[in-house]
Amino acid sequence: MAAELSQGSTSLEEDPAADNGYGERPRRMGFFTDTSVCIGCKACEVACKEWNAVPEDGLTFTGMSYDNTAGLDADSWRHVKFIEQPRRLGHQEAEVSVAAIPEQVVEAASARSPVSLGMPSPLSPDGSVGTAQDMDFRWLMASDVCKHCTHAACLDVCPTGSLFRTEFGTVVVQDDICNGCGYCVPACPFGVIGKRETDGGAHKCTLCYDRLKVGQEPACAKTCPTNSIQFGELDELRERAARRLGQLHEAGMTSARLYGHDPDDGVGGTGSMFLLLDEPEVYGLPPDPVVTTRDLPAMWKHVGLAAAGLLVGLAAITWGSRR
Amino acid sequence: MSTYSQTDVRMDDDPALRPEREATVGSAGRTERRRRRGERLMVPKAEFRSYYGLPVLNEPTWEAPSIAGYLFLGGLMGASSGLAAAAELTDRPHLARAGKAGALCALGGSLFLLVRDLGRPARFVNMLRVFKVTSPMSVGTWILTAYGPQAGLAAVTAFTGRYEGLGRVAAIGAGLTGAGVATYTAALISDTAVPLWHGGYREMPFLFAGSALSAAGGLGMLAAPLAEAGPARGAAVAGAVVEAAAVRVMKRRLGPVGEPLNQGAGRLLRLGGALGLAGAALGHFAGRRSRTAAVIAGAALLAGSVCTRFGVFHAGVASSLDPEYTIGPQRAGLTQSETNETERTTS
Repeated sequence: MAAELSQGSTSLEEDPAADNGYGERPRRMGFFTDTSVCIGCKACEVACKEWNAVPEDGLTFTGMSYDNTAGLDADSWRHVKFIEQPRRLGHQEAEVSVAAIPEQVVEAASARSPVSLGMPSPLSPDGSVGTAQDMDFRWLMASDVCKHCTHAACLDVCPTGSLFRTEFGTVVVQDDICNGCGYCVPACPFGVIGKRETDGGAHKCTLCYDRLKVGQEPACAKTCPTNSIQFGELDELRERAARRLGQLHEAGMTSARLYGHDPDDGVGGTGSMFLLLDEPEVYGLPPDPVVTTRDLPAMWKHVGLAAAGLLVGLAAITWGSRR
Repeated sequence: MSTYSQTDVRMDDDPALRPEREATVGSAGRTERRRRRGERLMVPKAEFRSYYGLPVLNEPTWEAPSIAGYLFLGGLMGASSGLAAAAELTDRPHLARAGKAGALCALGGSLFLLVRDLGRPARFVNMLRVFKVTSPMSVGTWILTAYGPQAGLAAVTAFTGRYEGLGRVAAIGAGLTGAGVATYTAALISDTAVPLWHGGYREMPFLFAGSALSAAGGLGMLAAPLAEAGPARGAAVAGAVVEAAAVRVMKRRLGPVGEPLNQGAGRLLRLGGALGLAGAALGHFAGRRSRTAAVIAGAALLAGSVCTRFGVFHAGVASSLDPEYTIGPQRAGLTQSETNETERTTS
């Protein structure tokens, strides 16, 4: 690992690796997925499958868009989403119009009589040139992935310790420990992790832990042809994301927003940030995800009350009932 | 140069090049003329938006017969051990023995169901690698580990007649830990992102305790002689009433998120509540005189508890499959906090 080692440059809350007892460790690594430059090629999905030997996830045809992956689970660790909207993309114009023909050209042409070459005409039959109004359209594409949360519910609820926090601050399943209890699956507020039917274990994105170990970037980021998927140190990515957001706002793309960048959100910020062009729910992301274990102290309190009530009630009933 | 770019195909770190990632998408077009319109919203903002109506969450992989079945059996054994311990201390040997036997059978069934539901059953022992208070399943594993041998010992000594003193201690221990067995499962399902289960975390332990109590009462009425079954009848009434009250409070507080409790499989919950209340009433009014009434009431109570647990389980799964239950409350919360923010800044 060539990245320099830190001794807690970020606050404790944003440094999950430090919380988990790593002393000397690399900086927290993560993804910044800038969906504004995603072209929906799905190279990330393929690279991920190839590198991680993720098995086939069913050959379904959803019929709703070019998205036949449908969602993240045990056998899909990257998922490219396609959203079509009757809305313009920034200043982009979808109207069809022909520029005025220069006068000299019209004059020169008027002396000659036209001869048909049998070519299809680009004009409408009556020869008029029109514009297609109200054809605003944009196509949103976004590559989704595990969020590698600062406060990860899957890791919290795992009863075997199979899910663990790496020195890079990412969350990884240890395949030789997992016994397939499935608790992590409903615990994830993003619907990322799943249980594989063939081997019974839970699987999800590892942020290519094996590649990170030897100083390589994850397979999806490596292959992304437009650099929509960017990998790096999380601090640096946060700055980069903020810069990019400013750039897009300046260019008139006012719908651009960041997702997962805020360390004060319900999961303590994510290791995978996104730049989105619409509300998160349009991309199938929860608008305000919360790590379920945030309420666990209150849950235990209520369980304790109920258990105590059960014992007291039983005692009262038994000693109070007539013989 | 960073180690992360090792090819010359994409020189992302080269400051001389403007990388693709800085492309200003959507900037084509006549910005001067169009600027004031910007991004035009053609469709008025809908109330609820999602990605093709697909669920945000992944569906729980737990199978209903195993896990909902365990929710029932866990409640039954925990409360039965409690009832058995109380009966033991108040000199009701037949009721105590019924509770102990019921608890041991339910324990066996539970372990079978729990191990069967694992994706890798041979590794069930991995549950004992760690103790994690953040994982109710881990806590529950250790509660069961403390409870199981005591419940087993209590039952075996009661039926063999040996080591009665030890059996008594074990019975009391099983009764105390049984309260944990009967209620921790509420934290187990509430500690998920499933909107219904998580949203109902305050009432769920009381719902489960009530259901457990009525099931144990039902078993006691079925198996113990009428003269000794007084506590069982009382437990059934208390359990059914607590359960019904918890369901009511939960529905009211959850609002729209609680809808699955009324629809589809949630109807099982209503059936379970009705069976429980009917069984408890029958036991209370006729169960002390008529053996037949006691048996019918006991069976109704057990069936009611099964229905309640399956109803809660299926309603939770249904709420995880509908994105509206995930997105709706979160979006409402954001809108609320935005409104508060605006009010604070304007006032």
